[in-house]
Amino acid sequence: MNFFFEVLVGGLLSGVMYSLVALGFVLIYKASGVFNFAQGAMVFFAALTYVGLLELGWPWWLSVPATLVVMVLVGLLTERFVLRPLVNQPQISLFMATIGLTFFIEGVAQLAWGANVRGLELGVQDEPIQWIMDSSGINLSKFDLMAAVVAAVLVTLLALFFSRTRIGRALRAVADDHQAALSVGIPLQYIWAIVWGVAGAVALVAGLLWGARNGVQYALTFVALKALPVLILGGFDSIPGAIVGGLIIGATEKLFEVYVGSRYLGGGTEGWFPYVLALLFLLVRPEGLFGEKIIRRI
Amino acid sequence: MKAIKSALIGAALLAAASVASAQNEQYLPVLSYRVGPSAAGGSGYYGGAIDYWTLVNMGGGVNGVKLAWEECETEYNPSKGVECYERLKKKNGGATTVEPLSTGIAYGLFDRVAQDKIPMTTFGYGLASSADGRIYPWVFPLGTTYWDQMAAMIAYLGQKSGGLDKLKGKKIAFLYHDSAFGKEPIPVLDALSAKLGYEVIKIPVTPPGQTMESQFLQIRQAKPDYVIMWTYGVMSTVALKTAAKTGLPRDKLLGVWWAGSEEDVIPAGEASKGYVSASFTATGTDFPVMQDIKKKVYGAGKGNLEDPSRLGNVMYTRGVVYGIILVEALRVAQAKFGKGKVMTPDQLRWGLEHLNLTEARIKELGAGGLFPPIKTSCEDHEGSGMVKFQEWTGNGFKQVTGFMAGDREMVRKMVEETAGKYAAEKKITPRDCGKEG
Amino acid sequence: MLYREAGQFKTSYEKDAAIFPIRQDRIAVALIAAVAFLVIPFVASPYVFTGILIPFLIFSLAAIGLNILTGYAGQLSLGTAAFMAVGAFATYNFVLRVPGIPILVAFAASGVVAALVGILFGLPSLRIRGFYLAVATLAAQFFIVWFLSKVGWITGNSSSGVITAQQIVILGYEFNAPAAKYLLVLSIVALMALAAKNMTRGNVGRSWMAVRDMDVAAEVIGIRLMRAKLLAFAVSSFYCGVAGALFAYAYLGTVEPEAFNLDLSFRVLFMVILGGVGTVLGSFLGSAFVILVPVLLSVSVRFLDQNLGLHIAESTISNLELIVFGALIIFFLIVEPHGLARLWQIGKEKLRLWPFPH
Repeated sequence: MNFFFEVLVGGLLSGVMYSLVALGFVLIYKASGVFNFAQGAMVFFAALTYVGLLELGWPWWLSVPATLVVMVLVGLLTERFVLRPLVNQPQISLFMATIGLTFFIEGVAQLAWGANVRGLELGVQDEPIQWIMDSSGINLSKFDLMAAVVAAVLVTLLALFFSRTRIGRALRAVADDHQAALSVGIPLQYIWAIVWGVAGAVALVAGLLWGARNGVQYALTFVALKALPVLILGGFDSIPGAIVGGLIIGATEKLFEVYVGSRYLGGGTEGWFPYVLALLFLLVRPEGLFGEKIIRRI
Repeated sequence: MKAIKSALIGAALLAAASVASAQNEQYLPVLSYRVGPSAAGGSGYYGGAIDYWTLVNMGGGVNGVKLAWEECETEYNPSKGVECYERLKKKNGGATTVEPLSTGIAYGLFDRVAQDKIPMTTFGYGLASSADGRIYPWVFPLGTTYWDQMAAMIAYLGQKSGGLDKLKGKKIAFLYHDSAFGKEPIPVLDALSAKLGYEVIKIPVTPPGQTMESQFLQIRQAKPDYVIMWTYGVMSTVALKTAAKTGLPRDKLLGVWWAGSEEDVIPAGEASKGYVSASFTATGTDFPVMQDIKKKVYGAGKGNLEDPSRLGNVMYTRGVVYGIILVEALRVAQAKFGKGKVMTPDQLRWGLEHLNLTEARIKELGAGGLFPPIKTSCEDHEGSGMVKFQEWTGNGFKQVTGFMAGDREMVRKMVEETAGKYAAEKKITPRDCGKEG
Repeated sequence: MLYREAGQFKTSYEKDAAIFPIRQDRIAVALIAAVAFLVIPFVASPYVFTGILIPFLIFSLAAIGLNILTGYAGQLSLGTAAFMAVGAFATYNFVLRVPGIPILVAFAASGVVAALVGILFGLPSLRIRGFYLAVATLAAQFFIVWFLSKVGWITGNSSSGVITAQQIVILGYEFNAPAAKYLLVLSIVALMALAAKNMTRGNVGRSWMAVRDMDVAAEVIGIRLMRAKLLAFAVSSFYCGVAGALFAYAYLGTVEPEAFNLDLSFRVLFMVILGGVGTVLGSFLGSAFVILVPVLLSVSVRFLDQNLGLHIAESTISNLELIVFGALIIFFLIVEPHGLARLWQIGKEKLRLWPFPH
């Protein structure tokens, strides 16, 4: 039974890591209807910039804000040069543009900072917490716990931002209907700039955590692929959905691999299981758990 | 229409570019990857090879024949690799050899190099059965193939347990990259398991392997005696970290040589101290040839590495060793076919097939102890089969063993069997090594 | 002036409904076909065959397949590479296990197998739409590649999951030379492109376009959604399957399931978007663009490097290729969202008036 809990907890915690990346997607989709495939590259770029600045000798309390500024800048530039010219184009063109953006950002990141693999130390070690280990035999890593706390804080902040502040309300209005928002005087470009900036900040948080976990290297861009099933489950435009989806995906993926995948299917199922699960889920609930129900009119 | 026009423009550019280079040079196309997930390793490896060749050129080349090379970015992608190969193979008088440093690209080139008669080296990776030179005359898995490496790893584990017979009844978990690379050594692992009596638990990891909790929790439950890590890239780092996270003692881990370079252990921080992995070269800058490169090549500002502190790193030394072996093959070929002449691909193939890098010769080249003796022949395109094991101290790699090999006899039998099957399928008549020179 | 239609009267229904109604178009296509079939095999170098023309044709075929699904039927799919993989491995198994089967029949049969798999993974499209469907097709992509590498029977029990394509032998003639392979691929692709063009102009194509534009309305006027969507998946996967078989047999030679990864799916999607969604010509143009631009980039950067003496570090060159490619994609999407095919159409419109201004 202990083993089951271990796998479950391990899965839930890695799911939290997925949802951190998914949050960036949700933010941008919520406000501008764009599925930003470049989020993975942005996570990579953020982590790389941070360690790059550290290597240049900057202290961490200077590097973090500096990287934040860089990421916000990236977001603003993207909005200005990629999205604004493509306003009103079909969703798929915007999606393709963000894929082009992914290549662009990856190239720039490696050009600027080199292809070396670097470690990232956040001060919290990736080791089991001894007293939990001793008392119940369950393995819980300090780092994972910290990541969960960070994610919880981030989600709470974002949720409060969207529901309590004026800008948050404006963002929700824009997400609902661009024309209507414009007609009540909400400055669209300004709002989009803010959203992309916030998404850049979320990318920084995700980049720091993933970079500390896996090392800052090109493979970070692939975490975006893990976030997609999370988005489907939770709904493309729901912040709590990103967390819930992440938890579900993380837990089921690990449980399936341990109890079914490696016993009966030869293992290696983690690549496709989240997607198949999301697919089956969609057949029952096409908008995801918390996504907005799409009402189509002829 | 557009394709034809663009092709013509491309051809014109190519022609212009190739006229610009000299004729009395040995042309080596370099299928490199410097972007993407494997960029860190790739840039180190190619940096090493190119630095050594620069050094050789500075010393007058191979008996007066200078080496010329040209890079083409493959992004570790098979179709791009094939395109690069096709583009570069006819330039500057014709490519003499090719080393793609990627299993996927190598597979795509297998048939082509046989048709084009250009020898391909797969230094430390690739198809293990291609060591049988009678059936794969144009492929050279130099050094040690995956099968021999697995055999050597088992031998090392036997050593660790106090003797090969002590392995009987032990449990070995095989954590592997779920791809052709990861599955390649499984036949040897299974064969040795039948012979020596240990139990194997196979645990695949889907690439790229960002989260490995389920695999390591399974390992924790199975409580194996040893865990062989056959991973690559970010998977290696995550494996080391997850092993520490789940409380797996580090001395149970044994990594393959692609999971044992600085790029893998440094990001794992504390979790990689004491981790032992295989390597087919030594590391560090304490070798005369490395010092030469540092002084002469980097001193003159012609070094290929953007970050010179990577000199002496694992991937870098591999590149240098590849460079050394290739130049030696050229020397051997020149000794037979004409000193001071540019070698044709077929002549270089002969050279690769008659390598006899003894310890003395390696010392002469300034690389004493850097890599094991390599002796190739018509039947044996591998030449060595040895690896050494190194431990990461947190600051560098410390050599734990000398160069050692595993059950080469058994592996050789398996190689010949598999190669024979391939020959039968493709209707290839094996060469008669006795007849050839 | 050259392109005037004046004086060309259609005197029968067949002439009116022809694919190339304008005589100049017919002449141009005939010329291109003549050059492609008769001139190029003798003139082009082996590099142009194996490095450019053959992959161009194979990817055009895959792009036509994806265009049918995404462009005409509006079902966004990111699983193209998986269906190509099915085609490749199915052909391998047919040739391995059915002794004496003609290779062309094996290609067609593997296309059918890919079509069946396509129908299976197309079932969710009856319920899901848009991006959700795209992510669902990713499920197909990952699952199929995993399945192909896990089930030993499919790869002939090779220990590493790698298959070596058998030789292509048709009527006793071995297709080994690059020129021979090129001609074979060209014939197959030309035939299938013609079939696709006709399919998309007919009833089937129109029902797909209706589904794409507004499927609720399509259902209302009597188009059976399930049939239309599943047929789109089937035909698209057939094309992708044959493309995958050609990819393994006439291009790479030895292939592992990982060669058909997500990266490949994205490349084909690029070709479709850049070339022009919903056009057959667009598939060819997009394929040429995506294949040639990286080659031209790397050749020109190295040319500059060698001849102008600008010493650029190798990694910079590689990264520059990535950056320029990404920027080009964005640029194209901004400047001409309907792709190169639209540019071609605009060009033709201008040609009709040239050299007169209006």
